[in-house]
Amino acid sequence: MSSEVHAHADAHHAADDHAGTRQGQLIGFGLSVVLTAIPFLLVMNGSLDKQVTALIIMAFAAVQVVVHMIFFLHMNTKAEGGWSMMALIFTIIMVVIALSGSLWVMHHLTTNMMPVHEMGSTP
Amino acid sequence: MTIAAGTMKAGEPVFYVVDEHDHPEGSSTMLGFWIYLMSDCLIFAILFAVYGVLGAKYAAGPAPKDLFDLSLVAVNTSFLLLSSLTYGFAMLSMQQNRLGAMQGWLVITGLFGLAFLGIELTEFAHMIHEGATPQRSAFLSSFFTLVGTHGLHVTFGLVWLVTLMVQVKRFGLIEANRRRLVCLSLFWHFLDVIWIGVFTFVYLMGMLR
Repeated sequence: MSSEVHAHADAHHAADDHAGTRQGQLIGFGLSVVLTAIPFLLVMNGSLDKQVTALIIMAFAAVQVVVHMIFFLHMNTKAEGGWSMMALIFTIIMVVIALSGSLWVMHHLTTNMMPVHEMGSTP
Repeated sequence: MTIAAGTMKAGEPVFYVVDEHDHPEGSSTMLGFWIYLMSDCLIFAILFAVYGVLGAKYAAGPAPKDLFDLSLVAVNTSFLLLSSLTYGFAMLSMQQNRLGAMQGWLVITGLFGLAFLGIELTEFAHMIHEGATPQRSAFLSSFFTLVGTHGLHVTFGLVWLVTLMVQVKRFGLIEANRRRLVCLSLFWHFLDVIWIGVFTFVYLMGMLR
């Protein structure tokens, strides 16, 4: 029996890597619920300053993405001999460049190249 | 892996591997699928960037505050989150070779996915009915592109889910089906990760403007 289970585990190594444990799933779900509920409550209440709220919900989103990566996508540094992590790091770098670059460039474009009819109202 | 040393005798040195080393079926699928997901991530990154640039250009049309219903988005978010959990349970049942339990969890996952899509389409229909069509402003064009692309991914995820349930019913939990189910689990959880970005940057930040 045990050898059969062992052979089975060997055969389905890739599948088992991604299944995780029931406990892990529930921890990830619990954390996600908390990390989702707090931003929604903050925005729905609107009790805090808008800029502070924006910073807090962005921080919560970043933490929740990491929680999902670890508990649901089962990311670790060893999966596929480290190549999954390599691909992820490369993608994060590309995403950061694309997002920050677009927002930065386009923000300056809109502030510096305002249409003529709006120029008169600016001091 | 054998280097052709035999031919050395003939005085012709060979500097390459003659025998192709072993590639068991599906051995590279998980890495390949992960790289696909990362490329999908880049698509969404660009759509988020477009929304970030155009999201405040209302063209004197409706703004997020006039259109979004946060309680509906909260319900939608919980549906997607729950479907991630139930897919996780399906994977655990697969690990324990409990076919019936796995199919049951997959059905529940599919129903949560359908509920998510239903609410999203209702929201879209409501917006379009009020005149907030994609043509109305740059904000609405980028909104419908970003959220619609995510919705399309969920739709294809559902088609894939039903296909795999039929496959498992017909052929059982064979190695190939296990691999496919794991790929779909990555896809499904990945869509949930994208949704975190959507509800944070589009809906919550939109209401703060």
